[in-house]
Amino acid sequence: MATVVLLAATGLGLGALYFLVAAGLSLIFGLMDVLNFAHGALLSIGAYATWWAASGHLPGAGSGGAGFVLAVCFGTAVGTLAAVVLELALIRPLYGRPREQVLATVGVGLAVPALLSAIWGPDARPFPGPAALSGTFGLLGARIPVNRLVLLGAAAVVLLALRLFLGRTRHGLVVRAGVEDRAMVTALGIDVRRAFTLVFAIGGAAAALGGALGGLYYGSVDPGQGTSLLIFAFVVVVMGGMGSVAGAALAAVGVGLVQQFANYYTTSGLGDLAVVVLLAALLLLRPRGITGRLA
Amino acid sequence: MTPAATPATTPAASTRKAAASPEADADAPPWRRLGRWWPALVLVALVTAPFSSLSLPGLLDGPIGSAGSLQLLALCLVFGALATGYDLLLGHTGLLSFGHALYFAAGSYSTELIAAEAGLPFWPSAVLGVLCGVALAWALGSVALRVSGIAFSMVTLAFAQAGSILVERDPGGVTGGEEGRAVPADKLPASLAGIDHTANLYWIALAYLVLTLAVVRWAVRSPTGRVWEGIRDNETRVEVLGLRPYGFKLVAFVVAGALAAVGGVVHLLLTGGATPQTTTSDFTLSLLVMVVLGGSGSRWGPLLGGVLYTWADHRLGDLAGSDAVSGLPSVLRVPLSQPLFLLGTLFVVTVVALPGGLTRLGRRPRVRA
Repeated sequence: MATVVLLAATGLGLGALYFLVAAGLSLIFGLMDVLNFAHGALLSIGAYATWWAASGHLPGAGSGGAGFVLAVCFGTAVGTLAAVVLELALIRPLYGRPREQVLATVGVGLAVPALLSAIWGPDARPFPGPAALSGTFGLLGARIPVNRLVLLGAAAVVLLALRLFLGRTRHGLVVRAGVEDRAMVTALGIDVRRAFTLVFAIGGAAAALGGALGGLYYGSVDPGQGTSLLIFAFVVVVMGGMGSVAGAALAAVGVGLVQQFANYYTTSGLGDLAVVVLLAALLLLRPRGITGRLA
Repeated sequence: MTPAATPATTPAASTRKAAASPEADADAPPWRRLGRWWPALVLVALVTAPFSSLSLPGLLDGPIGSAGSLQLLALCLVFGALATGYDLLLGHTGLLSFGHALYFAAGSYSTELIAAEAGLPFWPSAVLGVLCGVALAWALGSVALRVSGIAFSMVTLAFAQAGSILVERDPGGVTGGEEGRAVPADKLPASLAGIDHTANLYWIALAYLVLTLAVVRWAVRSPTGRVWEGIRDNETRVEVLGLRPYGFKLVAFVVAGALAAVGGVVHLLLTGGATPQTTTSDFTLSLLVMVVLGGSGSRWGPLLGGVLYTWADHRLGDLAGSDAVSGLPSVLRVPLSQPLFLLGTLFVVTVVALPGGLTRLGRRPRVRA
């Protein structure tokens, strides 16, 4: 029982991480038809910025208490800024050429981890976290690390905020309408490009937050972290339906749990393999059913 | 130059080369007619390279004929050829595959496995290994091509990632995990083993390049190649003409996969083993970088991109350790020490500012009407 609870908690924590990456990815693809291969890089930027701030480089920020919160905010802000710069500098000049947009994000996805490992070295760096979050607590006989709860809490807050934003605000309305039918929104005289930048900023913020909290989950940061999370985020996006935030949340939990349980109860690695094969199977079986726009 | 100022090139215009028609050729000055023979000159130079003791300081570490330089040159040729084969999909048929590394790795791993485990001599193993790669490309391609567009890219990415995970987890000790597998020395033909025979390996790499260039040129000019071009430019129109794009795309996928599998065997010979790095999606992405950097859809572009990329990947690291770079302030020195950062940045710049790749640079700008 204890093992099952621990696996479930870890799976949920992993699912929360996937959701933070996939939420932005899903909105970006749904609205702009750009598969953002640089999303993992945005996560890495957030993780490194948080690590940099929490290691005492940013005045006021630190590894404990309010200092850590400030560090996470700083990391998220840097990630958001990076996403906006990416959109304005690379994606915007290539509007109307989706293939080139994807290629440009591929290039960024290659260059950013290389730059990070050039500056801070290719090896994993220990991630400083508050002592309060590094402990465990008991639940049904299992000792569960506290940071899983933090991840889950953050994912829940992001999900709630995104749903409020999409459902209750005018900008959210434009984004939802754009996902539905971009040409129609443009025809109604609304500048969708502003929504593009906004969605990139939101996606970057969520990914960078995921990076900051992922540092807690893994206990370290390394340049390749974001890229290796990206492919599982793709699975989540496809499963959840492009452009659907609630779908991404459900799919993220499913993928995280399946991966953890399969890796534990069958041979290690089978869970990862199963998830990747699931991606292929889903795309093949329901290329239109999931989204109606992928094919 | 602002990207917006770049004239939007229609796909058709970018590939219709300004190939000199026979009449125009007769009027051309003699040096221009001779100029058309430059590939033959380059080939002769490449064939005789192992006999040269010329040294290119900065470009290569020793004289051209030395084992180290020949090894690097051979790698450049192999990846140039691999990129040329990959462009059959990307530039000629318009298929963005993120899983091409899989067929390369399949060729090299299965050849090694057959030679080491089944005990066959090397060349029969190589033939069987290539056949394995072709079979894999056919099987996975026939599944992946059921979807198109970005879904196709993601399915190929998923397959390649599954292959990569399999190789890394090392089921039953078959793939050697992170270490890869080395070819047993007694399996190699005597004329290919050892550092003294690097020249032979180099010639094999060159032969692979010539084979790839010939196959791609022949395939693109064949009637099937015309349909590929049509699929790339407008798939719906090809369907309206009564042709099924699926079969044509599958042929392109399998031909490119077969070329990649042959490349895997050559790479196996060159490096003496199969490495898991060749299975990763990063490897496919680097192929993509090579093709786009050189110029997708052009005859020499992918080759140029592949050679440049491989050379830069190997030599920029040495360059970063040199005195000239270590004297620079850290703002410049740190990014310069990462070849992948430079190449990634160059790639992004190419995509945004130079859609035709490097081969477009040499071409004269079109006369504006």
